[in-house]
Amino acid sequence: MSGAPSTTGSWRAYTLVAPALAVIGGFFVLPLVMSAVLAFRDKAGAFTLEHFAKAWDLYRTDFLFTIGITLLSTVLIGLVAIAISGYLTLGENPRTVAILRWLYRWPLFIPFIVTGQVMRTFLAKNGMLNHALIGAGLMEPLAAQSMLDWRGIVIAFVWKQAPFVTLLLAGAMASIEAQHVEAARNLGAPRMRVLLDIVMPQVRGTLLVGLVLSFVTMLSVLSVPLMINPNSPTMITVDIAYRINTHSDYAVANALCLMSLLVAAAAAWLYLRHAVRQHARQ
Amino acid sequence: MSEAHTPRWSSRLASAVLLGLVAFVIFGPLLNLFLWAFAEQWYFPHKLPQQFGFTFWARVFQPRGNAIASLATSIWIALLTVVTSLAVAIPAGYALARLRLRWRGLILLAFLLPQAVPNIPVYVNIARIFYEIGLNGTILGVVLVHAAHGLVLAVWIASAAFASIDASLEEASRNLGASPWTCFRTVTLPLALPGLIASAIFVFLESLDEFTGTYFVGVPDVTTLPLLMFNASMGGNYQIASITALLLLLPSIAFMLVVERFLKADVLAMVGR
Repeated sequence: MSGAPSTTGSWRAYTLVAPALAVIGGFFVLPLVMSAVLAFRDKAGAFTLEHFAKAWDLYRTDFLFTIGITLLSTVLIGLVAIAISGYLTLGENPRTVAILRWLYRWPLFIPFIVTGQVMRTFLAKNGMLNHALIGAGLMEPLAAQSMLDWRGIVIAFVWKQAPFVTLLLAGAMASIEAQHVEAARNLGAPRMRVLLDIVMPQVRGTLLVGLVLSFVTMLSVLSVPLMINPNSPTMITVDIAYRINTHSDYAVANALCLMSLLVAAAAAWLYLRHAVRQHARQ
Repeated sequence: MSEAHTPRWSSRLASAVLLGLVAFVIFGPLLNLFLWAFAEQWYFPHKLPQQFGFTFWARVFQPRGNAIASLATSIWIALLTVVTSLAVAIPAGYALARLRLRWRGLILLAFLLPQAVPNIPVYVNIARIFYEIGLNGTILGVVLVHAAHGLVLAVWIASAAFASIDASLEEASRNLGASPWTCFRTVTLPLALPGLIASAIFVFLESLDEFTGTYFVGVPDVTTLPLLMFNASMGGNYQIASITALLLLLPSIAFMLVVERFLKADVLAMVGR
């Protein structure tokens, strides 16, 4: 079916790709463009910034809260991923490594909505976390409190996303040259040094990709904040749903959408800058 | 000798404790969900349910219950999403892997968009468009939204599956006089099948678990299992919510345990190339 290859590509190749591109164009790109257009239009169709003013006025706190929560979760995810994948790569006890490799993946395929429900019960006042802490003697029964606020959202995000970044990072670490690591170990470098000075610099790009993807994903998750902490201050996605379901206010909702798109774009820009610099170095 | 052993034992103990903690962090929440699914009664400050039983399971699985209907809706939507995604992803994946395309990298990137851009703006506005053309609250509307999102995985994995096939096998069949279509049907497709099945399962699971798109586009008539779970949970019915959550978990976990059988390393190595 490959026919005679030409440099510009055959019409057949484009015909085969076209339907898939049409689906993405019609059901993804078009609505995205509409969002940008509607956020700047008043009722008469003229250009306006009033929706942004209103969105900022009403939801400024939630906007900053969203950025704070997502950033904190991203940092924690990075630390957990480095710790686990570092141990998987440099760990000396093969049995511990095997058990950890089997353990850490479980939340990977668990959907956000189920994560929301799971954490809603686990972190509640009567949840297993409190019972375990009390049972272990680490907490007085009277001190038990519900964690279903910003902490609950962060815990749910880290629990769900850390395995994903770990998977990417452990894969990258497995493919770096074993000789570098062995040489350093033979010279007596402690494992922590090897991880930070030799392994991490070589997998920084992969870590950044995983973290940027996680950041953007968490930014647009509706179910977790809706189930764990729907009251203000909450995440911007909850406000978007509220504007639409209660007020049918697509203008302000789209202004909020565009604001979170800008945050995602900032994250993507950060990544691209790193990629370009990396490219220039080579 | 004993001096040499002491640090080894203490480090073993330390790593056992750490592993135990990791296990608690991973399985504690899941175990909690499991307990709720079988709890008849569970009030604060009881550490465990006062009474276990299957009353709520009977309620979930009653023949004309909401849960069975939602489960059927969810599976039906997921199957249609798989068919829609693969119908456009297989030709696209083949072209991206085997044929010459200018802007090939750009096209691959386009399919990545739905995973790399926040989805809320898309769902909000697609719901608006669908409302105007009468697709809101229909199965077809939900399927189209799920398919657009599932295409990334479908196209990328299909393309990797085709790319990992040895091209000389196809050439051999063409040299023996097979038509392009016969060659594709009898050589290329069977060889790519494990990868394509994997991508079908990915798309199926993504659709099964999808919440936000269905929340905006499916209302008020399409209630999938995630929406049912959400409503039960918000209504304070933790048993029903937990049982539904378990139903949603099972296929995902089963897939996690077998995924490596379908997605071989040679296909994985070609993803995104």
